[in-house]
Amino acid sequence: MGKKMHIQMQVNGKAEEFLAEPRELLIYTLRERLNITGPHIGCETSHCGACTVTLNGKSVKACTVFVAQADGAEITTIEGLGTPDALHPLQTAFKEHHGLQCGYCTPGMITRATKLLEENPNPTEEEIRFGMAGNICRCTGYQNIVKSIKAAAAEMNAAKEAAE
Amino acid sequence: MKDDVESREDRVGKLKGLGCSRKRVEDARFTQGKGNYVDDIKLDGMLFGDFVRSPYAHAKVVSINTEEALKVPGVLAVLTAKDLEPLGLHWMPTLAGDKQMVLADGKVLFQGQEVAFVVAEDRYAAADGIEAVEVEYEELPVLVNPFEALKSDVVLREDTVDENGAPKDGAHGPRKHHNHIFTWEAGDRETTEQVIGEAEVVATSDMYYHRTHPCPLETCGCVASMDKVNGKLTLWGTFQAPHAIRTVVSLISGIEEHNIRVISPDIGGGFGNKVGAYPGYVCSVVASIVTGKPVKWIEDRMDNLMTTAFARDYHMTGRISATKEGKITGLHCHVTADHGGFDACADPTKFPAGFMNICTGSYDIPTAYLEVEGVYTNKAPGGVSYRCSFRVTEAVYFIERMIEVLAIKLNMDAAELRRINFIRKEQFPYKAALGWEYDSGDYHTAWDKALKTVDYEGLRAEQAQRVEDFKAGKTRKLMGIGLSFFTEIVGAGPVKNCDILGLGMFDSCEIRIHPTGSAIARLGTISQGQGHATTFAQILASEIGLPADSITIEEGDTDTAPYGLGTYGSRSTPVAGAATALAGRKIRAKAQMIAAYLLEVHDDDVEFDVDRFVVKGAPERFKTMKEIAFAAYNQAIPGIEPGLEAVSYYDPPNMTYPFGAYVCVMDIDVDTGVPEIRRFYALDDCGTRINPMIIEGQVHGGLTEALAVALGQEIAYDDMGNVKTGTLMDFFLPTAWEVPNYETDHTVTPSPHHPIGAKGVGESPHVGGVPCFSNAVQDAFRAFGNVHTNMPHDHWRIWKTAHELGLHG
Repeated sequence: MGKKMHIQMQVNGKAEEFLAEPRELLIYTLRERLNITGPHIGCETSHCGACTVTLNGKSVKACTVFVAQADGAEITTIEGLGTPDALHPLQTAFKEHHGLQCGYCTPGMITRATKLLEENPNPTEEEIRFGMAGNICRCTGYQNIVKSIKAAAAEMNAAKEAAE
Repeated sequence: MKDDVESREDRVGKLKGLGCSRKRVEDARFTQGKGNYVDDIKLDGMLFGDFVRSPYAHAKVVSINTEEALKVPGVLAVLTAKDLEPLGLHWMPTLAGDKQMVLADGKVLFQGQEVAFVVAEDRYAAADGIEAVEVEYEELPVLVNPFEALKSDVVLREDTVDENGAPKDGAHGPRKHHNHIFTWEAGDRETTEQVIGEAEVVATSDMYYHRTHPCPLETCGCVASMDKVNGKLTLWGTFQAPHAIRTVVSLISGIEEHNIRVISPDIGGGFGNKVGAYPGYVCSVVASIVTGKPVKWIEDRMDNLMTTAFARDYHMTGRISATKEGKITGLHCHVTADHGGFDACADPTKFPAGFMNICTGSYDIPTAYLEVEGVYTNKAPGGVSYRCSFRVTEAVYFIERMIEVLAIKLNMDAAELRRINFIRKEQFPYKAALGWEYDSGDYHTAWDKALKTVDYEGLRAEQAQRVEDFKAGKTRKLMGIGLSFFTEIVGAGPVKNCDILGLGMFDSCEIRIHPTGSAIARLGTISQGQGHATTFAQILASEIGLPADSITIEEGDTDTAPYGLGTYGSRSTPVAGAATALAGRKIRAKAQMIAAYLLEVHDDDVEFDVDRFVVKGAPERFKTMKEIAFAAYNQAIPGIEPGLEAVSYYDPPNMTYPFGAYVCVMDIDVDTGVPEIRRFYALDDCGTRINPMIIEGQVHGGLTEALAVALGQEIAYDDMGNVKTGTLMDFFLPTAWEVPNYETDHTVTPSPHHPIGAKGVGESPHVGGVPCFSNAVQDAFRAFGNVHTNMPHDHWRIWKTAHELGLHG
């Protein structure tokens, strides 16, 4: 057991502060320490993306980030994207277009998609498929995930246009 | 009727019943990160258990020293077989009539086998504890090839021989060698040999359907909590069959069944991985009893791929005979089945090779014979049905390859060969040569629709041109047209011939209608992504006339749900769906009496109409189901008990037989071996369609898992029994980048014996998809002399095929 480190981070807008062993993985911090169980563990080798969160504006796989690396970071998980009364357009679109089945990959998938659309608000199908290739889904075959992301992009662009 | 009265069509629409693409009620929690999977469960004082696993595939365990591990901060206990033996829990029964070590009892039989269980305050402490356990092994000769295992003097399992070293009988009959598990036959050997011996044309093929793994995104796990005050054990886990797990836990632990509550929370995909009972479950229960605290066990991905529930691993040899015109006369199939160190196949008891005897496929084959030999090797146990009914994927792959091989032998078009051999519509119900009675089908209609949609003739012309261009050096890409026509056998099954551990494979539904006209229905199945909470409410809505949105579906809690055998083998809709419809009809029968009383007419004078009972011939006189529900709770009706509830246990009279026609068009770069799927057309006939949106989603997903298996996914071992594909780096799961868009289509041939005519669909695309992808690859090389190459067709193997055929100059 190593010496504990003093860690501070913002998770979904809330300040967190605690002592942790440097070897603690961010996914463990979120799920076990902070009770944020939206991000899931699927592989622990960065391949599946079930644990995807946004860390300082970038999509990362929380299963292979040490909590020490996340000291001082701003983190957003699926829990920070929308509320039951005001869902994120991606959350609505995944339901509308049957973009999920067992739901296990969904939090990581949607969290990743928010970044994709932030970086590229109007992606082609190819760009969506490439941009989502770090997130594995075993149920849907991706066709409806692509459809959901396209629909959310259109929805978000229309809302943006209306606001301008 | 007055104009402002709701139209019948509007009333039907409001129900969101059968046939509508109702959006899923499950999605709200999953899209907001509020699912409740087993690893999300937290209980006060909960401990974490994890395994010390064997690095060797076959070794004697000389000693286990736990002393240092127990000194590790946070480690509370280390269990070994010695601790479990006094409880009789060091071995456990498998679903296949064999038994399996829970913890290594003197030896290990596969790499990754469970040797000791470390119980600690958290995962990190458990991992530290595992590091500190010292195990001394003495390596033994390793058998990874079943053909060699059947010849070897090495006895893998001492319990297979008597004191003189002679093989003892196994669970499925005599053993012909100490590493032989069973031989299972179907059909008529003698006649088949005779027919094939005298045939005008015979095609043969050896094929290996490689070992793979269902690999759901969520691994297996559980939380066991023994409440010593009340004597109750609660076990949450990733169980595709929670009720059967309760019975098994009771039988092996001695805890009375009423004191055990098994709960399957949200499950992150199953695909067959979560049917069986695993050592982790047993160890967690024991650890909770020993420590008095809840104990959680969650596999990591390597544990999952290396130890729980492989699929396939069938070495198949086929002979198929036909007339010169292509009419098939006989089929012979021999399988050597590699079951690993323990026979833990999840098949109905009487079917040690599952429903492999559906291997005559969609064809009218008068004579056939099947023989399957199960063999022990130094590989992980399993043999589960990965997104298919029991061994049906193997059967369909076998026949769909044999058809292609026969087409080559006959120099005939493979689509035409299928067409002239299909079972004809008027032959249903059709008794197949290997015993099954197919309930219904219309294969020619489906096939013609598929071929027409894809312009089959046009594709063949394009392919012929491509071959010319290739030979002329104008292109380095070949074109493959993959065909498959599959018939599944799902919905196990009739209690008369289907049981698991003696439990008949019926299923159940219990409905309670609430006074205000909403309802809860509980079933013996458990969704793992199939959307049961959405679709079963649709079945009920159409049966009882209350909106699907007013019906809660609940599954997976053995304290509240009626007993059922769970969800796998596409059995939920065929069996529990039937129970749901029939329980709904019981509700309706009572509602009819209540309506008649309220309307002051005879029972026979009212009839059901969408959401109400109306007086025959006087449609303005009616009582809605909502009104009837209230009356059931607030009126004293002579001769009728208060309340409105029903339960149905459904024993299906037969299996259901979904079918489909798939076409894949693929371009293959012969220099890189990279296949590019240009088009995939899937026509499915699953009988009555409950929710087209969900059916389509199931088809997309099943096809993608088929693509994975056909084009790269495998559990491979080296000669020492080391697993070479133990992480997602090596074990192929397709991403959005590798997967094409699919075109879906359908015909509807309702099952004649199912109350609503539904047949099940979740597994069809996998069963039909694997041979379709494989046939596309193989077809691309047909013009250059390819007859058969084994899956998985990864880039290297495709390149190798091209190379061996001399296509690299």
